[in-house]
Amino acid sequence: MADPMRIRAAEAGGITTVRVLMSHPMESGIRKDAAGNTVPAHYITTVEATHNGKSVLKADWSGAVSQNPFLLFKFKGAAKGDKVQVKWVDNKGETRTDEAAVA
Amino acid sequence: MNQKRRTVLKSTGAMATLLSLGIVTAEQAMAAGRAGFEAKSLEEAIKALGGSAAANDQVAIVSPDIAENGAVVPVGATSKLANTTAIYLLVEKNPTPLAAGFSIPAGTEPEVQTRLKMGQSTNVVAVVKADGKLYSATKETKVTLGGCGG
Repeated sequence: MADPMRIRAAEAGGITTVRVLMSHPMESGIRKDAAGNTVPAHYITTVEATHNGKSVLKADWSGAVSQNPFLLFKFKGAAKGDKVQVKWVDNKGETRTDEAAVA
Repeated sequence: MNQKRRTVLKSTGAMATLLSLGIVTAEQAMAAGRAGFEAKSLEEAIKALGGSAAANDQVAIVSPDIAENGAVVPVGATSKLANTTAIYLLVEKNPTPLAAGFSIPAGTEPEVQTRLKMGQSTNVVAVVKADGKLYSATKETKVTLGGCGG
């Protein structure tokens, strides 16, 4: 379906920094195309990140988040090798889940 | 697991209780998580988030002084306030200012970074919920090329 997310999770001093680059058009529903037609809204509405089954971040997004969204967040309690999973759902109900190991 | 239980597990707080009691429908519970996203002004959005947000120097918003491309403006926010449970990012002059909200559970640092669209030069506001109250920080970002395709 959509391209995989690029997830990098690095642990240092007890804090794991997670950087995610998602692949998504993030159409706000405001933009008009060259013909003057409004491009329908198509954007990620929720994101959830989990570590060992525990939620470490939940996000609610609007169409104002840029195309191919970037997200950085930090959390404690992960060890190198642990898996961090990121899932997004968009306004059409499409969804994507990817995971990465903490380095 | 039946649909009602699944929806209850997805919701939090009061809406979850109302949902489990059958007082509120699943759609309404989901919509409650999106409070403020329809608001067309900064004040309306902050009211929807919980009332008013006092400016506080323990909240920081990071955004460029000048953004060359309003479609992709890096914005970050941090909070040094204890018990920060949520961070919201608002772009004052966007048609709907509330751009993103982040729930910060225990164990997660109150720091987020993302990239937002800005239609024009504007104030960018971080609103943080700590101990149930709202606090904010504001930064002006000038935009040279608007970010909504116009």
